[in-house]
Amino acid sequence: MKTTLRRIMLAAIIAVFLLGFLFPNPHPHFWWQKIPVFDIFFGFFGSIGLIVFAKWLGHNWLLKDKDYYNHD
Amino acid sequence: MINIPPAFIYIIGALLIPLVRVRRLQQSLALLIPIFAMTMLLRMPQGVYWQVQFLDYELILGRVDRLSLLFAYIFVIISFISMVYAIHIKEMGQHVFAYLYVGSTLGVVFAGDLFSLFFFWEVMAAASVFLIWYNKTPASLKAGFRYAMVHLFGGAILLGGIVMQVSTTGSIAFTPFDLSTLSAKFILFGFLINAAVPPLHAWLPDAYPEGTITGSVFMTAFTTKSAVYVLARGFAGTELLIWLGAIMTLYGVIYAVIEKDIRRLLAYHIVSQVGYMVCAVGLGTEMAINGAGAHAFCHIIYKAVLFMGMGSVIYVTGRRNILDLKGRNLYKKMPITLVLYMVGAFSISAVPLFNGFVSKTMIVAAAGYDHRPVIELMLHLASVGTFLSVGLKLPWGVWFGKSDGTEDEIADVKEPPLNMRFGMGLGALLCIITGIFPQTLYKLLPYEVHFHPYAPSHVVASLQLLLLTLAGFCLYTNKLMAGKKSISLDTDWFYRVFGYSILLFCTYPLNRLRNLIQTAFANKTKAIAILSKHPYALLEIVWYALIGQEKSMSELVQPPYEEKNYRIPVGIGVCASLIFLFLYALIYMRVAG
Repeated sequence: MKTTLRRIMLAAIIAVFLLGFLFPNPHPHFWWQKIPVFDIFFGFFGSIGLIVFAKWLGHNWLLKDKDYYNHD
Repeated sequence: MINIPPAFIYIIGALLIPLVRVRRLQQSLALLIPIFAMTMLLRMPQGVYWQVQFLDYELILGRVDRLSLLFAYIFVIISFISMVYAIHIKEMGQHVFAYLYVGSTLGVVFAGDLFSLFFFWEVMAAASVFLIWYNKTPASLKAGFRYAMVHLFGGAILLGGIVMQVSTTGSIAFTPFDLSTLSAKFILFGFLINAAVPPLHAWLPDAYPEGTITGSVFMTAFTTKSAVYVLARGFAGTELLIWLGAIMTLYGVIYAVIEKDIRRLLAYHIVSQVGYMVCAVGLGTEMAINGAGAHAFCHIIYKAVLFMGMGSVIYVTGRRNILDLKGRNLYKKMPITLVLYMVGAFSISAVPLFNGFVSKTMIVAAAGYDHRPVIELMLHLASVGTFLSVGLKLPWGVWFGKSDGTEDEIADVKEPPLNMRFGMGLGALLCIITGIFPQTLYKLLPYEVHFHPYAPSHVVASLQLLLLTLAGFCLYTNKLMAGKKSISLDTDWFYRVFGYSILLFCTYPLNRLRNLIQTAFANKTKAIAILSKHPYALLEIVWYALIGQEKSMSELVQPPYEEKNYRIPVGIGVCASLIFLFLYALIYMRVAG
């Protein structure tokens, strides 16, 4: 089950990768919009970057014990 | 046309609900009010209605144009859907306050002048706080008070701005403001509090998770989106808003990654999504304003669906934390709720064929047309974060999730009541209809739309973004789901800790200082009072001081007059009069005799 899902996902990623070349952005405003697979990298590194950054921020600063505000 | 502003349909309706004693009739009335309001809205031509003379000013209760109609339509639609979801609630007070809240929001939308805007603005805050308090937990009571304080503060700032505006310009018309004036800055500040723009946003993730299950669904729709509306009216094209909005989108997303409370996570995504709208209002172009309106419309629907979905989970399980829900295989027990929630989740994540795709992409494209690379990338990244938290993390944690073998089973879990499912279903249906047929929505927008969301390159780019976000999620699932129950610090820290410290400082050290000063002054006053009764004592004090003798004031000043020391007893008076009478009688008898 798990491997099938993985294969489907991989196939889908390859498909959108190829489709990116088939359908380039006809009206790019910025240089990255000219790259057909830009969103593949942006999605992947963006999501991982967000997880790592937010978790780091939470661990080091934002997350406190659940009784933190209990004085009030 | 019945000559009554839509706001008053709800307000009068809300007041009528308690008068109907039969439950079925009460439910019917609650559902008929939005239908009645909608039929009125559909027949309402554009123009200015309901001008009322107030003092020397003219209040306008019905400024009807494409922008106000767009917001009014969606507010009425969502009030109906939310009421369907809430109709099983037996406490009619909840319905009353919900409709007062909806009515006042419609009042804000149609207000053509600043006085009526302010009036409805305050009613909105006052009515909505009860939707939090009705949850009847100590946490909701406190959160409600904080919510009320923040909104009353915002209201006071807004009023200050309005008073300045009226006194300098002499007009109460609600028209675009000139941000170089102080009054406009105050008004903007008041609006930004309601739009939950960081750092003024903390009331939202603080209060919405503490509201009642059904009340929170109402709350997600009205306060922030009415603020977006007034910003679009008064501050379209303000550069500051572009940056504030873009920061908002990422701010909410980052908090959502670490959040474990299911409704608080969604609340942070309200901050994020409203960020898109605020940013679009700041861009101010026709396309951007269209995008803000369209996104408000879509957001209200899918956010209601998401809150209804999570509300249903809390309703049937009584649990609100991902850590208490993961690994319990809820997907087997509540599949319908899962499917309907996922429609909302796909919508907020801008998956093609769902409504977020046709509105959010319009705002991102507007940033592109305005040649703002940084803003475009920020909004783009926020899209990734949205799918990550709402589309993947939350459903995975709540319905699936890995079991670590220690969880207790949740007994007797089944789908929520029919009306709750029906409400969710209606919302989900609208998400899909507006997603597949965007023209139904675009026709309502303030300006003509020249945007084609389903251009092939557009769809492919979105699919690339979403699929690879999914890949990132799969790789980091364990890291994302890990953690223990905790509180995330936010700017409410300033009033919950810093503000509390100020309160403590005022209560103890400052109060002690006051007491000291007061006692010292009281003693001096007492001395002066005694001295003024016996002014000559002053001379004596000086005299004794000169001859070098120490005499205290009490020694010098005679003791005060005590009546009982000097009063002659009554008996003496009686005795004297008896003696006098006796002598008189004696003399009389002698003279007479």
